[in-house]
This record gives sequence, structure tokens and C-alpha cells, in this order.
Amino acid sequence: MAKVVTSPVYVVGDNIDTDQIIPAQYLTLVPTISEEYKKLGSYAMVGLPDELYPDRFIAEGRTESDFKIVIAGKNFGCGSSREHAPIALGAAGVEAVVAESYARIFFRNSVATGELYPYESRERLIDLCRTGDIATLDFDSDTFTVNDKTFSLKSMGDVRPVIDAGGIFNYARQTGMIGSKA
Amino acid sequence: MTLTEKILARASGRSRVEPGDNVWVETDILLTHDVCGPGSIGVFKREFGQDAKVWDARKIVIIPDHYIFTSDRLSNRNVDILRDFSKEQGLPYFYDVIDDLNGSWKFDTEVGQLKRQYGSRYQGVCHTALPRLGHARPGEVLFGTDSHTCMAGAFGEFATGIGNTDAGFILGTGKLLVKVPETMRFYLEGAMPPGVMAKDVILWVIGDIGFDGATYRAMQWEGPGVSSLNMDDRMTIANMAIEAGAKNGIFPADKATHAYVSERTSLNGTKADYNPVELDKDQKLIFDKVYDLSKLKPTVAMHPNPGNRALAKELEKVKLDRAYIGSCTGGKASDFLAFAKVVKGRHVKIDTYGVPATSDVVQELKETRWEAQSVWDVLVDAGVMMTENASCAACLGGPTDTFARLNAPMTCISATNRNFPGRMGSKEAKVYLASPYTVAASALTGHVTDPREFLS
Repeated sequence: MAKVVTSPVYVVGDNIDTDQIIPAQYLTLVPTISEEYKKLGSYAMVGLPDELYPDRFIAEGRTESDFKIVIAGKNFGCGSSREHAPIALGAAGVEAVVAESYARIFFRNSVATGELYPYESRERLIDLCRTGDIATLDFDSDTFTVNDKTFSLKSMGDVRPVIDAGGIFNYARQTGMIGSKA
Repeated sequence: MTLTEKILARASGRSRVEPGDNVWVETDILLTHDVCGPGSIGVFKREFGQDAKVWDARKIVIIPDHYIFTSDRLSNRNVDILRDFSKEQGLPYFYDVIDDLNGSWKFDTEVGQLKRQYGSRYQGVCHTALPRLGHARPGEVLFGTDSHTCMAGAFGEFATGIGNTDAGFILGTGKLLVKVPETMRFYLEGAMPPGVMAKDVILWVIGDIGFDGATYRAMQWEGPGVSSLNMDDRMTIANMAIEAGAKNGIFPADKATHAYVSERTSLNGTKADYNPVELDKDQKLIFDKVYDLSKLKPTVAMHPNPGNRALAKELEKVKLDRAYIGSCTGGKASDFLAFAKVVKGRHVKIDTYGVPATSDVVQELKETRWEAQSVWDVLVDAGVMMTENASCAACLGGPTDTFARLNAPMTCISATNRNFPGRMGSKEAKVYLASPYTVAASALTGHVTDPREFLS
């Protein structure tokens, strides 16, 4: 488990809903089928309006994103309960989202699947960096550094070890809550 | 304790819970559909083994409804995955699209979008069908792999949407770890005036608190105004708790609730006994506000989110390309009857599409007669393109051949529940949410219209 990630960031606004993260027409793909999982990743963030987001999240002809960190405003992941949303981001190579706040189900699905770390920021980071800026996310100190400034993020507390384990099933087995895999 | 706390306390075997407590609760019903069912089944098999059995076959309800009437190969396959799993596990409550348990589903483009293409067990939109099939009971815990699962809170139960992984966990164990939400109370007085519908109530409230105003919280509806709302009204309101970010919405169970549940459980032969929770005098609330229903006016949520509120009469300059009535929240028989009342004897001015939520809504509209005509024919004569194929259809866009999907940038007024960019198809389209009355009046004029002028 990488404890430090350095990557260009992708910056989005407030209220990015699940249709923008993964449009409903791609929900025909079943995430537990491995080739369909990869395909979901290739559509991550394709619902963002082109005029607001001229830098595409996934470059033309690619299936993975260059951006391992997404910076967002308030209420990231609002809308549907589709687990395809954190899965599409994870499959595209995203390791963490740093947002001011999350919609409940997106946050929970990120933890349950272990697909990505949903960090909460104390500052409005979307005003302090731009898409393409190189940033470093330090998971040990819960800090985010961009443009020579370091910001302390809210600790993920109890949910951190669940994501470290790779999701709720691995965590439940590691801690003896459910038996080992059949 | 609040209604939500009382249910979660009982379901976790405790005498008390507090907001913020993380508790393991026992599931009464797990609901899934064609979009999230295959992935949930995939998680269940991956984690519990290919030969694993579900925790309780009678507590699983599978209602395909999202992407049914489409030629999309993967969508048709996903219905077959549900059928194979239901067969393998012996699930009694799988409401298949087709009658042949050994068959496979394929949409017939020759028959087309408007003519019925389903068998005798098919229902349509899961949230509308679930209580009609007798699977919603006061005091119970319902988890569903869909954000609008909160609709069943109308029946005095704890109902919330979850992801595939949580659903896979429940399939194997029947349990889920839940954080007890804080409760916001919406205290209703009075009764809705003519021209105002339950959709106006919830759009007004979301406009008030913001579309993330109830994030992580329970929205509890109380007060003397509740008894003036019928079960369809309560469903419309509870359905959109998620549009304010809430974990659940909940109404106390009353005489109307018990009458509905007892009729519906007996019709479908489902479990008829249940143990409702009663309102406590002593409730810890994080928000408490009184709403006088008699003061409400026809309300609209403008593009691009359900909290972007205006009154219908303030938006008369907004020109429309399309009107749509359908979905869990807006495709019930009562919604179509309200719509028909406005358009009867008139003709729509813009493309107008009607998708009944469930197969029994289709039947009811065809059997209900206004003088010599069925309500169905009233709608068709007014120029509404009505499909017999009940489903979620264009409410959430879906595959590009989905009936009434917004495949180009346009402005649509819709009786559905969500209007984020791209929700109904094109990400350049603009969607305005409104009541069936307001959608009908706007269809007649081609711009957003206060329906009261058509109802006098």
C-alpha cells in the first residue's frame, strides 16, 4: 500500500453527481466481470460538461487516467447509489479523492469497495490548485501538498483501516467478523 | 427516540441507540434490480463461494425495471443473470420480465416501444411495485441497491439505498453495519390546496434546506397534515429524501398505512404481521420546522439540481421542447389521473411522453373510465405518447434506444425526481422537475405553466 502518492491533480467543482462520474448508459457493465470493470474505468468522468472541463479526465484513446488524485468541492458523488461511481474512478487509476464534503452513499461505497480513499479537506482546495498541478498526498500524515503549500486533511478515522484492507469483506475477515473465504 | 432510532435499535437488538452509533442491523428485505443485481450477485459469489446459499430466500426481492425495453445486449443479459440466480437460489420474489423460467429476455424491435412486451409476473419500477406487492411493512428494515429505496419510508419503515458490495454482504449474512443518522423533523399542518401535489411539497422543502441539506440524516414527516396525504402522496415525498442527501425519509404509520399494507400483503400472500414503531414525545431533533401545506404553490426545481427552486408562475418565460411523466415518484396511477385531468379534451403543444411506473398502472388507466372513455385514451387523444412498457425508461437516461431519452440538447419538464446534468440523456439537456399537474399544463402551452389556470 503506497503511503505517499505524487500525481497531477484533476480539479472539479461542487455537487459532482454520479451521472457525471459515470453516466447511466454505462451501468449495463457489471463491475465484478473483470473486462467490464476495466471498461467502466475508461468512462470515468465522461459525464462532465466539455465546456467546463476542457482537459479531459481520460485522454483520447486511453483507458486509464493520468490523474491519481481528484480534488473536488462540496457534496461530491451526490445522486444515485451506483457503486459503479467509485469503481469507475478506481478502475481508471484514481487513488484518492479530496473533497470538501461527500454525499453519503458515495462515501460509503468508496469504503465498502476499498476502491479509493475519500479524504475531506479543511480548505476549499478547488480554489487553490488547478488541473495538472503536481501534488503529493501523504497518507501517514494526512497532508496534501501542492504549489509549495501543505494542507492538513481530516483524518478518515475508523474507515481508514477498511480501505487499507481493500474493502469491507477483507476487513471483516482480517478482524474475524466473518469466516475465511469459502 | 425518533422513528428511525427506534427501528434501528430494535433491528440491532438494543434497547437504545444514539445518532452516530454504528450498529449491525438485521435486514427484513433486500431489494435489487437489473442494474445493480448482477454486480451484487457477483460480489456475493466472489466472497461467499460459487455454491453459497443466500441467508434467507424469502427476504430477497428482485424487480428488474431499469434497462428492459432496449436492444442493448448487456442490458438483456443482465435480466438473464437475475433469472439464473433466482432459479439457482429458489427465490420466490423475482418478478421476471418473461414467464419462461428457462427462457432468455430479448427486446423485440419489431413490436416496438409502445406495445406491451412483458409476461404476467413483470411489474416495472421497483420502488412503486415493492409496496404494491406487499413487501413494505411498518417497523421493518429495507435495504435496496438504488438510491430511491427511501420511498418505502412512506410506510413507516427504515429504508435506504446501498451499493453492490453492501448488498453482496447482506446476501450472505443478512446483516449490515449502519450509522444511526440524526433526525430532522418536518411538521406538517393543513392540507394541500387545489392544484398543489405532494411533489410540490417535497420540491419546496428541498429548496428550503438545500439538496445536500439532509446529508447523512433522517427526514421525519409528522403532524396533523400527514393524515391529509394518501399513501401515494407520502411515497412521492419519501422518494425524494435522497434528493436532499438524506439517508432515509420516514412517516409514522397510521390507519391509512395499515389498511394499505394489510390489503397488499394479503393480495400477494406475503408476510402480513409486523410491529410498527410509535412516535415518542421525547425525540432528539437536529432540525425542526413547521410547514403549512395550505400555503404551498406549484413549485419547480430548475436545471441543474433538485434544490434549485422557483414557483411555476415565475418561470413562464422558460420555453420547453418536451414533457415527461413517469418514474417511481411520478408514474403512479394517481399521477397519471392528475395529468389526465389537466389535458382532457385539450391537446399538447410539445412532444409529451408517458411511462407508467408499473404494469398495474397501465391496467388501471385502461380500466378507469371517464364517461365513455378510458383515462388511457384521454391521454392518447391529448397527444401523449403512452407506452405500455412500464419501467424507469428515460428518468435516468439509460441506453440510447431508451423510450423518450433526451438524445439531444433540449429543455424538458419532467415529473421525475432528479435533474443533474445528463440525468435523462444528453449532458447538454436541461431538466425542470415539477408535479404531474404542472408538467401537464406546461405540455399544453409549451412553456413552464402554473396548472391552476387549467383546473378552475
